[in-house]
Amino acid sequence: MSHALPESLAWSLLETMLLMRRFEEAVVRLAQEGHFKGHYHLYIGEEATGAAAIATLGERDHLATTHRNHGHVIARGADPGRALAEILGRANGLLGGRGGTLHLSDPALGFLATSAIVGGCISLSVGGGYACKQRGDGSLTMALFGDGALEEGVAFEALNIAALWKLPVVFLCENNSVNAWGSAKGGFPTLNHAAKDLCSIPQSVGIPAVRVDGADAAAVHDAVSEAAARCRTGGGPGFVEAITERWPGSNPLWPDPVTGVTDLRMATTDMALPQEHHNWFRHHDPVLRLARLLAAGGKDSADRIHAIDAQQQRRMAKAIDFALAGAMPAAEAALDHVFA
Amino acid sequence: MPPTTQSFAAALVDALHDALSADRMVSLIGSHVLGLGPQRHLMDRIRSDFPDRIVDPPTAEAGIAAAGIGAAMAGAHPFVDLGTAAFSFLAWTQMVNEAAVAHYMTGGAVNVPVTFHMLHGVRGGGAAQHSHSPQAMLWNAPGLEIVLPSTPADAYGLTLSALASRNPTVLLTHAKLLGIEGPMPSERKAIPFGKADIKRQGRDVTIVATSLMVQYALAAAATLAGEGIEAEVVDPRTLVPLDEATILASVERTGRLVVVDECPLRCGIASEIAATVAERGFRFLRAPIQRVARADTPIAFAQAQEEFVTPDAGKIAAAVRRLFG
Repeated sequence: MSHALPESLAWSLLETMLLMRRFEEAVVRLAQEGHFKGHYHLYIGEEATGAAAIATLGERDHLATTHRNHGHVIARGADPGRALAEILGRANGLLGGRGGTLHLSDPALGFLATSAIVGGCISLSVGGGYACKQRGDGSLTMALFGDGALEEGVAFEALNIAALWKLPVVFLCENNSVNAWGSAKGGFPTLNHAAKDLCSIPQSVGIPAVRVDGADAAAVHDAVSEAAARCRTGGGPGFVEAITERWPGSNPLWPDPVTGVTDLRMATTDMALPQEHHNWFRHHDPVLRLARLLAAGGKDSADRIHAIDAQQQRRMAKAIDFALAGAMPAAEAALDHVFA
Repeated sequence: MPPTTQSFAAALVDALHDALSADRMVSLIGSHVLGLGPQRHLMDRIRSDFPDRIVDPPTAEAGIAAAGIGAAMAGAHPFVDLGTAAFSFLAWTQMVNEAAVAHYMTGGAVNVPVTFHMLHGVRGGGAAQHSHSPQAMLWNAPGLEIVLPSTPADAYGLTLSALASRNPTVLLTHAKLLGIEGPMPSERKAIPFGKADIKRQGRDVTIVATSLMVQYALAAAATLAGEGIEAEVVDPRTLVPLDEATILASVERTGRLVVVDECPLRCGIASEIAATVAERGFRFLRAPIQRVARADTPIAFAQAQEEFVTPDAGKIAAAVRRLFG
């Protein structure tokens, strides 16, 4: 860590990150059991970024996220049962089953509609910032997007507009292309930029930009807090690039839980780490990284980590029951909500 | 000897390979022509045989569409893959307001022989933003040829014609067609645009359908045959140019018309074909024209809602039965 988080914040981030992780472990299991159709994208490996960044936000702030949104929605405090029900397309989901995983969002918590078009959320966030500025209440809009989004032309237009109009927007680029497979190895297309330094793109229109280790919750929290403070006082947008290692399970086309169900004893005890994916467990898994830092506090701390995890696992067990018990939405209701 | 039956995806790749072999100015901008599904490995052959004529572009639809158009104006013949059809909206100005108009606004002096390819349609779980069929919108942009293959054989022959065309051409493949298998002709050649194909002959009713809807119409026709109704299934194959004569001749024989379309109902393909027949073939009709199209809503993620608004064989058969009720 660049430097320590306040202790209470560190514990609260761990709590959030564990819920994100247990949530997505449930998502991948339910997908593999055939409970929902279609492609989905997991946030595993980026929990520290989302948890720390979203922890800087206030109630009136808005968020715009992407197809890789589960972690953001959970970190913002959405009910995990309703979020999971949405992913399963159930009537008791956050969006009544209309959105599914691609468009998961909780508008009551300040999310704009979740665009699953690459670059979409960057441009929408500028509109969010425009409304925040008009309200004049010191609120801001945070855009959470991947490195690929900056390949779209609309990203440049949005950055330019935000800079010109000094809009209160925090652009948080979650660069998860480190060690991604890419098309050549049978995975998803990945980072395809002529610019070697993504921060140079916002900098070219005068937006302050900083790069941090996205698995370092303290570093993310510091950088986003600084950008947010500038937004809130009329200083215009800020850009943070959080670098995260690609979770090995999200390298192939379909998520594959190759690292298993997260075992926190890897952080709280001396247990030997598995040979396979050793680097992931040792250096990159952000949940284990934060848990290790906190576990350094001794046995009480280790016990507290496991107690928090047990609590979140109980919460997820209830969330899974809630989601699976949810009714499918009525087919005819497909005709509703075309207009307000 | 080439295979006598093939998947749609394999036939499409064969056509690309043959076009690349025949013309050194043909190239592929975008390598995920078959999407990211199981068929994508069929593209490996093109990668290995033409490594300098296939590129993996950034996620930049406007940029690659414009690059393809500019290259076509300058003498190349690019095949630009835009991925999921919804992504083409990011390249809309380039397609409908550059490619479509350039020949016209230069008084015929500039040709734009670019081919755009995209995977359209309700694919299952694609929700609102990954389920589009933009062919009806494109039909309202004069200057674009619009190609909708429904079988492996058509995919092969129409792709060859697209890459040989002197005009900007949009080739739309339904995501659910990629895996279907079908017979291939012994002699492989280009299928000319503007020539509808009667996929099934029948005396009682004409069903006009395109792309995946042809397959659904054939399934409906098989069901209806068991009920004593013989449906003729007409596949225009290209919307621009449109083979009005074959459609009208079929309606003249059967006296009844059902048009099937995966675009939303209003201003859709079904509407345009229904209007054409009403205008020019009214005297042939013994019953009102039926349109079976998508409801005028976005697509929901929930499966039952997705199915509720999307045409299928059951809905087509029901529309036909209404004409005999």
